[in-house]
Amino acid sequence: MTGVDAEVPRLSITRRPSRVAAFFDHDLVYSFLHSRVTIVAALVTLAIVLAAVLAPWIAPHDPFDLRQLSLLDSHLPPAWAPDGDRRFLLGTDDQGRDVLSAILYGSRISLTVGLLSVALAAAVGIALGLVAGYVRGALDSIIMRAADVQLTFPAILIALLIDGTIRALGDARNEQTAFWVLVLSIGLSSWVQYARTVRGSTLVEKNKDYVLAAQLIGLDRTSILFRHVLPNVMGPVLVIATINLGLAIILEATLSFLGVGLPPTEPSLGTLISIGNKFLFAGEWWIAIFPGVTLAGLVLAVNLLGDWMRDALNPKLR
Amino acid sequence: MLAFVVRRALQALLVMLVVALIAFTLFRFVGDPINQMVGLDTSIAERAQLREMLGLNDPVVVQFARFIWHALHLDFAISYQFKQPVVALIGERFPATIELAFVSALFALLVGIPMGVYTALHRGSWLSTVFLTVSLVGISLPVFLTGILLIFLFAVTLGVLPSFGRGEVVHLGFWTTGLLTASGLRAIVLPAVTLGLFQLTLIMRLVRSEMLEVLRTDYIKFARARGLSERAINFGHALRNTLVPVITIVGLQLGSVIAFAIITETVFQWPGMGLLFLIAVQNADIPVTAAYLLLVAAIFVAINLIVDLLYVAIDPRIRVEARGV
Repeated sequence: MTGVDAEVPRLSITRRPSRVAAFFDHDLVYSFLHSRVTIVAALVTLAIVLAAVLAPWIAPHDPFDLRQLSLLDSHLPPAWAPDGDRRFLLGTDDQGRDVLSAILYGSRISLTVGLLSVALAAAVGIALGLVAGYVRGALDSIIMRAADVQLTFPAILIALLIDGTIRALGDARNEQTAFWVLVLSIGLSSWVQYARTVRGSTLVEKNKDYVLAAQLIGLDRTSILFRHVLPNVMGPVLVIATINLGLAIILEATLSFLGVGLPPTEPSLGTLISIGNKFLFAGEWWIAIFPGVTLAGLVLAVNLLGDWMRDALNPKLR
Repeated sequence: MLAFVVRRALQALLVMLVVALIAFTLFRFVGDPINQMVGLDTSIAERAQLREMLGLNDPVVVQFARFIWHALHLDFAISYQFKQPVVALIGERFPATIELAFVSALFALLVGIPMGVYTALHRGSWLSTVFLTVSLVGISLPVFLTGILLIFLFAVTLGVLPSFGRGEVVHLGFWTTGLLTASGLRAIVLPAVTLGLFQLTLIMRLVRSEMLEVLRTDYIKFARARGLSERAINFGHALRNTLVPVITIVGLQLGSVIAFAIITETVFQWPGMGLLFLIAVQNADIPVTAAYLLLVAAIFVAINLIVDLLYVAIDPRIRVEARGV
């Protein structure tokens, strides 16, 4: 006993490290600062995200303002080519739109669709996973069998199918509708992974004491699930979400490229590539290649960040 | 063992039934089939008669049963846009897709396995780093972008390979093949590489990690101690033991290959089922969509079932587990 008493004053002397020091001491930050690839990936992602967010202010032209477009400016090669125009750094497309500005606005749309569909997939997956893991019984069986069936098929097929069905039901040529149809198809095609992970963690968490305590003080199921269990199962979800963001952006680009995504009047990166593809054979490579390189860079950077996060949060690999 | 087989088969059947239900719902309730079949000048009485004749007034359960009955006899009605039986349309394009999938899988195996072995044996060499970096880029590139870049490089700039179509085909009964003509062989190169690139990176990484794991095991050390040559150890002992998971993954991925073929076929205007499906989705051609869905589901379910059963046959541990349940 005396030994313990003697320890107390010494413990109280050690000051807690400041918030900033604690932040830099954190494992995540440490592994981030020690991986050059990850830092580069983070910078690339940041640059593209910033460019996309600030597009209306930094883009040299407004590709949607018909007054600024002139067919006389169409099909111009990049500025450094012999007959390039200095006003259009990366050249222009068949409508006389500035490719650089179109890319800035396009990444904005691609990122928005990607983020929204990942949020939708995560929300659906988390809710179903929590319920399945906590309630068990028939509901659990139904949800997990549905997940099994869906997992049998690749996401692109399911997204195409949902997209096609909604298009057959109504008019999706409208820009606004096309946008939400796309978010819905991509979101619903990738909820399974979240549901499975969350269900697994919930099965573990539900037997812990804090859940029992919450049950004993008479909290209702909803608040136990969403206020107590949910915060404890979120870790893996964030990793899946980061990895799936790259996938969602690819899916969006693919659907738009295939002509069942966003229309040319509101082009995402995929739509831009699809437009440029028509002029590739005429040797006008810049219309397709520049958006393509942007898309590839963005996805690669996001994937690298996701990989790093998965490894950094996985205690087995430390 | 038998109980396990029966249970897996029943599960597969259930999946097929669910997919059939989705396909039927699409077929029956998305848009009015009658409107798709007749012209604007058809009278209401004639429409009602046609509706009665086709059995669209029967209870839904009866209609669903009839749908399955017809599907079992490969009768998927008439395509709305081509005005031809769906089975004929799909049958025409089936060989093109299968050939493409087969050649791309072969390409992925033949290139991916040696690359995986090399990167495992020569860790840290500059060529390994190049392989791994390229594979990372390969995974991040969307399939359609790979296709466009290959077209730009080989068809537009260098002009050495064709960028669309299947070339000349030879008819062998119900099967058509492009693998026997020079133009057909040239035409398949770019689409097959595009489609196989993702599998290639997957196989390479898998072989690499499996090899690294196997090389650490005791029996490899023992083989070294026995004085076997490096070559015999690496290929006779190590590689052989990595092949089971590799072949499993390749088998399971065959389904994804068929799905990704939709994109590849669109980029290269390859006259296969994927292109047909995409055009059907774009034009709300529900009979084709439904039939394609059922066909792909059947392929997927069959592959999964076969892999599951093979596992049981190969790995005794699973057999014991299966008996225990």
